[in-house]
Amino acid sequence: MKLKVLSDKTKDRIEAEYPKYPDKQSVLLFALRVTQGEHGHLSEDAMVDIAELLDLTPIQVYEVATFYSQYNLKPVGKYFIQVCKTLSCALVGSGSTVAYLEAKLGIRVGQTTSDGLFTLKLVECLAACGSAPMMQINDRYYESLTEEKVDRILDDLKRDGRSDLATGPFMLPMMQGQK
Amino acid sequence: MADYELILFKNMARPGYTGSLEDYQGLGGYTAFEKVLKLSPGDVIEEVKKSGLRGRGGAGFPTGLKWSFIPKDHKGPRYLCCNADESEPGTYKDRQLMERDPHQMLEGMAICCYAIGAQKAYIYIRGEFDLGAEILEKSIQEAYKAKLLGENLFGSGFNLDVVVHRGAGAYICGEETALLESIEGKRGKPRVKPPFPAIHGLYQEPTVINNVETLANLPYIINKGADWFSGIGTEKSSGTKIFSVSGHVKRPGNYEAPMGVTLREIIYDFSGGILGDKQLKAVIPGGASAPFMTPDQLDTPMDFESVAAAGSMLGSAAITVMDEDTCIVWAAKNLMEFFHHESCGKCTPCREGSAWILKILRRIEGGLGQPEDIDMLEHLCDGIGGKTVCAFGDAEIGPILSTIKHFREEYETHINEKRCPYRPDAALAMAH
Repeated sequence: MKLKVLSDKTKDRIEAEYPKYPDKQSVLLFALRVTQGEHGHLSEDAMVDIAELLDLTPIQVYEVATFYSQYNLKPVGKYFIQVCKTLSCALVGSGSTVAYLEAKLGIRVGQTTSDGLFTLKLVECLAACGSAPMMQINDRYYESLTEEKVDRILDDLKRDGRSDLATGPFMLPMMQGQK
Repeated sequence: MADYELILFKNMARPGYTGSLEDYQGLGGYTAFEKVLKLSPGDVIEEVKKSGLRGRGGAGFPTGLKWSFIPKDHKGPRYLCCNADESEPGTYKDRQLMERDPHQMLEGMAICCYAIGAQKAYIYIRGEFDLGAEILEKSIQEAYKAKLLGENLFGSGFNLDVVVHRGAGAYICGEETALLESIEGKRGKPRVKPPFPAIHGLYQEPTVINNVETLANLPYIINKGADWFSGIGTEKSSGTKIFSVSGHVKRPGNYEAPMGVTLREIIYDFSGGILGDKQLKAVIPGGASAPFMTPDQLDTPMDFESVAAAGSMLGSAAITVMDEDTCIVWAAKNLMEFFHHESCGKCTPCREGSAWILKILRRIEGGLGQPEDIDMLEHLCDGIGGKTVCAFGDAEIGPILSTIKHFREEYETHINEKRCPYRPDAALAMAH
């Protein structure tokens, strides 16, 4: 099997999932996730490779890739900022968070900064309603946002590629005598 | 309310509890699973039926009864799918259960699998929960190592494998048949029922789908008994419930309390009352799909029957609180944006209707509403309710019809004054 763009490592990771399911198609969501992890987004070539690997038609892959909101069919910045806009967040100021991010980054929602570092997007409920406003950047949640906190998070990411302000195992309110 | 004992949050409330297998077993973890392996599967189902446990995902269907629909004589695999999609706006309880006490839920899954004769279980976790998926994977590896998952568990001959299946961003995958489609590697479009998943579910085999919180109750029902559990809460809604409170309250959070606790106690005692000591205007008692309630309904006991009698639904028990300065038309529009975005597109009334409703709400909020728009909204809702394959259609009209019912004059003010009285800059605030 000759794959055009998928690396051997990604192919191995996808194939390692096969024993978990009675058929290969069930691995499709995972395959799209790891492929996006490798390439940053899902190109047509990558989707054709996945179809080849999973014995599917390209349209079977494409229709799934276009259904779920986490798959990017176009490139995004190194840090993909997704701010929740649904009611609980909106009630306590996600609109201001978005306006602050737009001004700070010099971009509008849907755009990427010219250095390719940050893309800003609005998303629907991410199940962090009690610690609103919140945003997800790549794989991690950042909650109970203030302007100062947003500043620190973006500085951390630019400097270290990560931030300690990401949420750990979730508990609200804290019940273990912690703050 | 009177003092009560935590069930689901009891472990994690202990100082220093990490949710590791060692910590969980130190507090009696997995003894219930060991115990059920000595009972017959039928006896386990009977015990869960007797406990009165009902599904915590939203529908409130009796759990033991759901299990009993799995055909006893079926040759071939059966499955349990744990619904960890947690996507109902306002709800963030399963996240805490999974990230803080993952083995509690895994033990519940093991008990369910034994009762229904499933040797394979999938945890369908929403794609955004990266940390949760990581924690679950690690916990599952711990359980395999300790021979709590795998083959011939406790020498009983019972085998069980658990797989974490991550979604990729789609509210509809919390609907049980859409969830099955999504595990099968397809678009998450609900299936026509019947046949129900208990007969033709995952890979067309008999399947039970249970919510995280539902499953997490099982170890305690087995260890302490159905009578103990049914003695908590109300007669028809037994046990405790986790209430996820958000919006305009001083202390938002997940609060576990016996079913039947009042909305007033949750908002004013647990959550500390309204931010800035303002007046309460409206509450959504059970996630975005539940019709709005008003301050005169604060003494409603939060159980399945009482909330239904008050014209709404307990749903996932996610309580979204709105203060006196909240524009109700704006809130309804915000929720409709959600529903329109998340409609899977399978049924025409839902797909097209959500777009039309949103368009009308946007123009009312933007000061361009027409006098006939309110009737038009009701007419559109009538064209959606009960006319779709899944419950999404009924869910999306709940916020619209209930806000028109309770706050009709606010819609009229928007239309008559040709502006939003609460948010004169509404068009700018969330213009995206």
